[in-house]
Amino acid sequence: MSRVIKSVFSAIGVLALLTQSVYALDIENWKTSNGVKVLFVESHDLPIIDVRLAFKAGSSRDNGQFGVSRLVNALLVEGTGDFSAIDIAEKFESTGSELGHSSLRDMAWVSLRSLSEKKLWEQNIDLFARVAALPSFPQDAIDRDRQSMLISLSSREKDIGEIVSDAFFKEIYPGHAYAIGQHGTVKGLTSITKQHLIDFHAQYYVARNATLAIVGDLTLSQAKDYAEQLTRHLKEGDEAEPVKSIELPAEGKVVNIPFKTSQTHIQMGIPVISRKDPDYFPLYVGNHILGGSGFSSRLMQEIRENRGLSYSVYSYFIPMEKSGPFQMGLQTKNHQAIEAGELLQTMLEDFIAGGATAEELEHAKKNITGSFPLKIDSNKKIVEYLSLIGFYHLPKNYLDRFNERVMEVTLDDIQDAFSRRIHADKIIRIVVGEAS
Amino acid sequence: MKKTILLVLSTLVALPVFAKTEEMILDNGMKIIVREDHRAPVVVSQVWYRIGSTYEHDGISGVSHALEHMMFKGTKSLKPGEFSEIIAANGGRENAFTSRDYTAYFQRIASDRLELCLKLEADRMRNVIFLPEEFKKEIAVVQEERRWRVDNKPKSELLEQFYATAFLTSPLRIPTIGWMQDLKNMTMEDADDWYRKWYAPNNATLVVVGDVKSADVFALANKYFAPLKSSVIEPPKPRPEIVQKGERRISMYGNTSSPYVLMGYKTPVLLSEGADPKEIYALDVLSGILDGGESARISKKMLRGDEIAVEAGTSYDPFDRLTGLFIFAAVPNKDVQPAQLELAFKNEIKELQQHAVSDEELERVKAQVIAGKVFGRDSTFNLGMQIGMLDSVGLDWRLLDNYVDEIRSISAEDIKRVAQKYFHENQLTVATLWPEKEAAKKLSDSENTAMTGKTK
Repeated sequence: MSRVIKSVFSAIGVLALLTQSVYALDIENWKTSNGVKVLFVESHDLPIIDVRLAFKAGSSRDNGQFGVSRLVNALLVEGTGDFSAIDIAEKFESTGSELGHSSLRDMAWVSLRSLSEKKLWEQNIDLFARVAALPSFPQDAIDRDRQSMLISLSSREKDIGEIVSDAFFKEIYPGHAYAIGQHGTVKGLTSITKQHLIDFHAQYYVARNATLAIVGDLTLSQAKDYAEQLTRHLKEGDEAEPVKSIELPAEGKVVNIPFKTSQTHIQMGIPVISRKDPDYFPLYVGNHILGGSGFSSRLMQEIRENRGLSYSVYSYFIPMEKSGPFQMGLQTKNHQAIEAGELLQTMLEDFIAGGATAEELEHAKKNITGSFPLKIDSNKKIVEYLSLIGFYHLPKNYLDRFNERVMEVTLDDIQDAFSRRIHADKIIRIVVGEAS
Repeated sequence: MKKTILLVLSTLVALPVFAKTEEMILDNGMKIIVREDHRAPVVVSQVWYRIGSTYEHDGISGVSHALEHMMFKGTKSLKPGEFSEIIAANGGRENAFTSRDYTAYFQRIASDRLELCLKLEADRMRNVIFLPEEFKKEIAVVQEERRWRVDNKPKSELLEQFYATAFLTSPLRIPTIGWMQDLKNMTMEDADDWYRKWYAPNNATLVVVGDVKSADVFALANKYFAPLKSSVIEPPKPRPEIVQKGERRISMYGNTSSPYVLMGYKTPVLLSEGADPKEIYALDVLSGILDGGESARISKKMLRGDEIAVEAGTSYDPFDRLTGLFIFAAVPNKDVQPAQLELAFKNEIKELQQHAVSDEELERVKAQVIAGKVFGRDSTFNLGMQIGMLDSVGLDWRLLDNYVDEIRSISAEDIKRVAQKYFHENQLTVATLWPEKEAAKKLSDSENTAMTGKTK
């Protein structure tokens, strides 16, 4: 039994009541012989093994060739050696295994979920290793996946939720790699050649740029063996260069995008937070109060519960390698949109100026710390956390210390962090619809 | 080789590591189902009501869902929103969902807080108070939800109209979110009446999955739910779908860059009158043959081989309450006409009607079902969902335990037989979404290209 209930004798007496027992993970970590960072949690409750192999190979590494990272990731499963896409799929699916893959701005990954029965699981290992390390990039698959991405780009142009989000990133990250997401651009996608794909893969899908997370029904020594086998075809290579730092926009603005609709979408925010940000906890807890905690958040209370303006209203941080966004948003019928956008801005300014109340902070802490076990109550969630911890170089005890760090946050910390980091006058607001 | 794999798998699912599920029925008719899962110190509590849009009628569409929203707006002892505040302060996460056949309320929380959830749920099962000012705001929120979920998403709008075309008399024609005009005309009394009619212990089931002891949950349920009075629940009059006597076809023009095609054949479900379970499970396997992964036929032929679609798939749910549809859906590749997708799907059907599926395909689907069942145990929420959904439509949740065996018993011949029996033109409804700009030229185009096949 690897997931244990630990007693934590917190130094902060009054708070100890809330954190008496912490549900914690025993994480083992090491490096494979070619330099892949591995994180492992043993769990024999279910006969399942989950594997997630992540690379710093998201769209922030597209380097002007917008879409190349996603195309490479999509093509991993389209052929390796003599295996076609269908061969690969048949091999995994005939044992009931699930092969997955995707990419975001920072991270690209391949994942596998398999029954742990040795005969089934061991059939998967070498093919998984080849899929990640030795893609064959068949020309017909390149053309097909490129075409499919182009079609998806044109549907994004008609989808109001995507329009508002794409415009938001474009406006808050001008000139930066984060401006364009993993979906790429028409220009980027049409100019990509097979050689570009090979080069991108050779540079980023390498051992020193990889994190392997393993969770499930296997022992530490088995995990060590399997980690070697799962990554054996990866070249050593180098870790990717860090993403370029981000400058805050000079001043805030409202960008209106006309769109035929009965409901206007609003998204606003600025670049703020990295995964290892020193202000992470005050910002996280503060945002929980402002707009991150569902029905009990300030935004939800005022905008949905008190005024009935929107079904969904939120604020959250997306911590990334460099200055991920703070964002707020809602959707409301056209004639209310200007009012609602102003209200979001005012509520943010009030929060920066006045901070939270002691009662709000206490509630937030109870909710965050109390719900902590829900973050890691399945193998699937655990493997994603391990991947995140390895990928962003977070400390191994990140999860163990999570509640403690939350409990340390004070009202002053929140107000200090929000006023230093969230510049209300620099907020960029995207409004898509018929509001104006 | 493949045969041995299946044998290995069959022993796996019988492993004793999986705790059993236990059931109890209170004197007032409320059912309690508990499944112990001690992997993490958390629990999911779900209260399921046997009420949803298939119980509704014209003019009040969406009332089950609007009522779900009102269930957070206060009781005799709680202020509006207080339910959520209490759960949040206890480290819980909560929400609710409404479907065609059920409405459910759930909390995910530390297992030592289960009692609190049951106490609160028992309270709102009988004591909700409807306040006019709360209803006024909340129905506006529901309308925003509709604009967001449907009105701004042409594919969702098409699906709504597709069901309203395929079903003329069955309540499956009613969208769960409700037609906008019904939402605009809805009154607080509509929601209140609906609450009194359907929210009672004898129309509800509590499902608890997690780090708890069954006996403890039964005791708590007894304490909080047993004192509630049962009601006389009068089921709505049966409104079976009249026999379809020919193909139905609609077009919709929307703000979309790509067309979208939906094809649906009327097909029975386990609960359909006179349904043969063997046929139902055969249809389920058939769906897997076509769309169970990247190596299944649709991906192989339509997405990869002929490259006529960029998205394509099937859907069929054997566990729905009412006779429904086996659906084929696809987005065409550039320069491919929707009619070509229809033709491609029909070719797949013809293939299934004329030739037995291969052993490899059949074994692949079975292996996926078996593994999928084990994978499904990783999420306690998902386990609760499976139990609650079956129970809410009136099926026995023990079907879950037999599901693998039922699937395993399906032969290639069974699949061929159901393909022949159910995929008939006169049982077909087709809906096509067209980009607005093509509104003018579309009809002549589609008729001319219907039989020309691929143009690449």
